[in-house]
Amino acid sequence: MTDLHSRAAAWATAVLLVSLCGCAHRGTVVLLPEKDGKPTAVVVKQDGRETVLDQPYAAARQTPFGLRAYTSTPEEVASKFDAAMSSQPKRAVAFTLYFIEGKDEFTEDSKHIAEVVSAEIAQRPVPDVIVIGHTDAVGSDPFNDALARQRAETVRAELIRRGVAPENIQASGRGKRDLLIPTADGIAEPRNRRVEILVR
Amino acid sequence: MVCMSSYFNVVAFASCFAMSAAAADIGQIKVSKGSVTVERAAQSLPGVIGTRLQASDVITTGADGSVGITMSDDSLLSAGPNSTLSLDRFAFDSTTHQGQFDASLRKGSLSVISGRIAKQSPDAMTLRTPTAILGVRGTEFVVSVDD
Repeated sequence: MTDLHSRAAAWATAVLLVSLCGCAHRGTVVLLPEKDGKPTAVVVKQDGRETVLDQPYAAARQTPFGLRAYTSTPEEVASKFDAAMSSQPKRAVAFTLYFIEGKDEFTEDSKHIAEVVSAEIAQRPVPDVIVIGHTDAVGSDPFNDALARQRAETVRAELIRRGVAPENIQASGRGKRDLLIPTADGIAEPRNRRVEILVR
Repeated sequence: MVCMSSYFNVVAFASCFAMSAAAADIGQIKVSKGSVTVERAAQSLPGVIGTRLQASDVITTGADGSVGITMSDDSLLSAGPNSTLSLDRFAFDSTTHQGQFDASLRKGSLSVISGRIAKQSPDAMTLRTPTAILGVRGTEFVVSVDD
């Protein structure tokens, strides 16, 4: 009886091993720390179970016996993922330029930002630049749409003057639809008179 | 006849629109080293720097290859050698930041920094491996699939 029992158990173990090893894939997931310490998480769903990785270097490894949670190390990540990580593109960087009321001229403080932006663009072999113009809530929609568009075009022209290829810059205007500082209609607000530039 | 020609114009316009919508860029290869290939429908394209990517593209790297991709929601994906990465589904509204991004790592190694889609709605980005589905709530992680 005991013998039969243990033989059955051995069989069951063997079948389990074969079925799990039948899937040849092994794998690892490691959550990396956030640069600014903000909360972060990856949820690993497998075989109807969820494993939440929410601490730096929290990791899960696929084994013949299923998913195993463990804590990885910077060394393990560097040795396994060096090639992938060293091909990571540069992160997108956002800039904001401010404008004089009712005009498509930069404020004095924003003039030097154009230089910083073009330096950032120059560091990227295939840059994508997205330029979006905004206005404050003074004036009609048609007026602000035209002004926002004009502000974006001013920035685009300035970047082209500084050597950025025109085909890499997309410029558009959003008028007063996307106020950075929410105000009632008709209110002048310098922080809303801006052009946002995304370099990626 | 007038009616006829405007009908044809509508059809031509509609098919043009469908084509341009289907071919919308979802990302771009920013880094490419060694052998990198993009499989698109029945075509195989060289995955050189600057290549614009589309939904359903499959990116493969050779033994000497690695590739870095920036998606239009600012997600960064980079794969090491002997990797196969499929960009299964990508939709992104640049105004609301709503969207859906599903990718699969079939083999190899991948490093991910999630972008605006995952930031806006924590369940909107998933990465599949042959055995698991990763729900991406934030931001930086690495995944390997060995066969």
